[in-house]
Amino acid sequence: MSSITPADVEVGAKGGGGAPGRPGRVSVGGLSLNLRSSGIYIAFALIIVLFSVLTDGALLQPQNISNIIVQNSYILILAIGMILVIIAGHIDLSVGSVVAVTGALAAVLMVNMGVPWPAALLITIVAGALIGAWQGYWIAYFGIPAFIVTLAGMLLFRALTLTVLGNQGIGPFPDQVRTLANGFTNGWLGNVGLGPLGGADLFSLLVGVVAIVGMAFAQWRSRSARKGYGQAVDPLALFVLKIAAGAALILFLVVQLARFKNLPWVLVLLAVLVLAYSLMANRTVFGRQIYAIGGNLQAAVMSGVKVKSVVFWIFVNMGVLSAIAGVIFAGRLNQAGPTAGNSFELDAIAAAFIGGAAVQGGVGKVVGAITGGLIMAVINNGMSLIGSPSERVMLVKGAVLLAAVAFDVWTKRRAGTSR
Amino acid sequence: MTEHILRMSGITKTFPGVTALQDVNLAVRRGEIHAICGENGAGKSTLMKVLSGVYPHGQYDGEIVFEGNRCEFGGIRDSERAGIVIIHQELALSPQLSIAENIYLGNERARRGIIDWNRTNYEAGELLKRVGLRENPTTTVSDIGVGKQQLVEIAKALSKEVKLLILDEPTAALNDEDSAHLLDLLRGLRDEGITCVIISHKLNEVIAIADSVTILRDGHTIETLDMAADSVTEDRIISGMVGRALDNRFPPRTPAIGEEAFRIEDWTVYSPSQPGRKVVDGASLMLRRGEIVGLAGLMGAGRTELAMSVFGRTYGVHISGRVFKGGKQVELRTVQDAIRHGVAYATEDRKRYGLNLIEDIKRNISAAWLKGLSRRGWVNEYEEYRVAQQFRGSMNIKAPSVDSVVGKLSGGNQQKVVLSKWILTEPDVLILDEPTRGIDVGAKYEIYVIINRLAEQGKAVLVISSELPELLGLCDRIYTLSEGRVTGEVPREEATQERLMYLMTKGQE
Repeated sequence: MSSITPADVEVGAKGGGGAPGRPGRVSVGGLSLNLRSSGIYIAFALIIVLFSVLTDGALLQPQNISNIIVQNSYILILAIGMILVIIAGHIDLSVGSVVAVTGALAAVLMVNMGVPWPAALLITIVAGALIGAWQGYWIAYFGIPAFIVTLAGMLLFRALTLTVLGNQGIGPFPDQVRTLANGFTNGWLGNVGLGPLGGADLFSLLVGVVAIVGMAFAQWRSRSARKGYGQAVDPLALFVLKIAAGAALILFLVVQLARFKNLPWVLVLLAVLVLAYSLMANRTVFGRQIYAIGGNLQAAVMSGVKVKSVVFWIFVNMGVLSAIAGVIFAGRLNQAGPTAGNSFELDAIAAAFIGGAAVQGGVGKVVGAITGGLIMAVINNGMSLIGSPSERVMLVKGAVLLAAVAFDVWTKRRAGTSR
Repeated sequence: MTEHILRMSGITKTFPGVTALQDVNLAVRRGEIHAICGENGAGKSTLMKVLSGVYPHGQYDGEIVFEGNRCEFGGIRDSERAGIVIIHQELALSPQLSIAENIYLGNERARRGIIDWNRTNYEAGELLKRVGLRENPTTTVSDIGVGKQQLVEIAKALSKEVKLLILDEPTAALNDEDSAHLLDLLRGLRDEGITCVIISHKLNEVIAIADSVTILRDGHTIETLDMAADSVTEDRIISGMVGRALDNRFPPRTPAIGEEAFRIEDWTVYSPSQPGRKVVDGASLMLRRGEIVGLAGLMGAGRTELAMSVFGRTYGVHISGRVFKGGKQVELRTVQDAIRHGVAYATEDRKRYGLNLIEDIKRNISAAWLKGLSRRGWVNEYEEYRVAQQFRGSMNIKAPSVDSVVGKLSGGNQQKVVLSKWILTEPDVLILDEPTRGIDVGAKYEIYVIINRLAEQGKAVLVISSELPELLGLCDRIYTLSEGRVTGEVPREEATQERLMYLMTKGQE
């Protein structure tokens, strides 16, 4: 099909130009690289251990785990959209207000106008997309910095919320919406005894087993495909160890949840979103182009990336996820209020940066942002369990954010000087 | 005459896993112009960073003696106080400030914290006279060209009462006229008693201006040559730099030229920043299959502007003219159009326009051809890896693996990644803008081999270069561009540097 393949371009190994042999550098570089990308997960594990000890194990009690997930689900959903915005080198300050206005819209539709909830949900999501398109237009096609456009959006959409709601909340929401935000899967298959752990929901456990098998299978397939293409892979023992660790983590989470009230619906939603967006970021052309734009905008243009269109759709996506978060937040409170979503944008941005996003763009992972959000969630939860006043929680969260970014900058600088 | 103003001895500087300098010695005589030559990565810039205190005392081993004193600089301010000023390749001027403000930035003419603007502008004016720059000191730096900005940098150095001036690739971005002026200026400064250390890839300039030359290779001092005593030639320096005699700087090639591949007719482009100014004016070019065609022109002649405006209109406004691909007229309105029609453009500024420096090799290579590596929007990562591996081998990209970050590669290897990226798009026409800029001699040869191989495969290659010998050694035909107009078309047999230079300057009076 091609007139030239790379193999055709044989080059004589004449000349000793370029990097001279640097033995030992690979492993050193590999190790420090590993530390940089996995530091966040190590930190997360340490924080969990710390608060487990401080709370005498209350942190990891079934009900508390469930609480952490349900109480922070909307921030985590926002963080997924935010990490993509930040990877592309932009920022979105308006998500809190968009959460409020979409929640208000959903309330007006469902409560005041009696629109059936699936239709109302769909309309709300479309409205979120339109809000994203509005901001995306000014940013991508008109060329105004995202900071300004979304700062304006923060005010505009808060004003819109207040106009719609006046000074009071609208509620209550239909049961289905509340279930999505707050509820749990039904114990369709009944309970099963787990010996000393007591009864647990069989359905939840089965979902957990399916997830583990699915993960292991996907990893194994990827590994054999990599081998087939002659790529380096982890040695079998390490590979199995990693799978086992992942499986143990999922199993622990699912068993704890099954012992409490089954799986929270928002966890199911969140899992689907994380999986879908991780795949999108890594494996699709669109996802690659986001990284390319953030890494070097000019080079992306010269490589044929339709930068404007990509940026536009990133903000549309942010609007959609904000609308989902808006409905879930309103559903959880069972009321859409005028102050809903206040400072959510800051939590989402902090989650992204704690999760390893780079301030200049081009770097970041969906799973990282989720981990960053969970770190803050665990700090919040753990500190309130031990009775810390809220100002101290704020202090610690601020320090963690600063430390996380400082660590990122420090590792980058070290990498830079080792040239 | 044998008094040394600077003596660096036994300098060793290591980074984690790499020894950048190994027992390097440098002795500079007072009042001379001392050139430092070496391939990229030989350690020239690192040595200068040690000297100027960028790497403070304690981070390296060895001794620096300046003006008879042992120096232990803790930072750039220390070295500047001693009278050592370094001017980097990338100019460090603040574009929105005036010339005078830039000259006295960090060194303000002030009394009790209040800046004396009259004194600032007056003294700046005196300095500008000294460097031969006829500009008002209150002119904003972004309004003057790169050549003049270089002179402002030197004026700034003079304001600090410099004794030793270090210039890192001072003429890399300058046209011949500005380069000549700069070299004259350096001679003048030498006569005033200022010692200069100059790092340069342009060996003809080194021959023309330097009193002695120190050659570095792989972090070692190879030799110091006295230009007056030893009869030093370019080939002599090159053989020191690469550690072998370079009998042939260009690989041999027997051209096999086919029918017309690409043609531009009556191409006119206006400047996006200066309304009404034609940057390219009615240019017409034609490339044949299997042919390597050169495009010569001085800085500002519109070479890059011509190439970029053709490549998906990435430069310029009110573009008019016709483009023919294989005899058929095509419209290349976007980069996607250009790629689809088999036209590739490898930029002159690979760090700014060519590469995502924080990304790895394989994703840089695939960046312009994700469509070809994907199905329904899903990238086949295994195929991407395989292709990148193949290029790493065939292009001799020196890196531990295709997962290595591109920003850490040397210039030559980065350029190979850029070329790989465009070869992957299976183009019929390649426009290579300064393909060997900032690349060491050995890697240049490899790039030439790649270009020859592309032509052998029947592709049409347009090479834009500031180095006339490169065009003469590589091309079958050379177009000259002057002030946006094609002023000549010279076949290889008739091309000489003098003839090209005549055409390149035609119509400028």
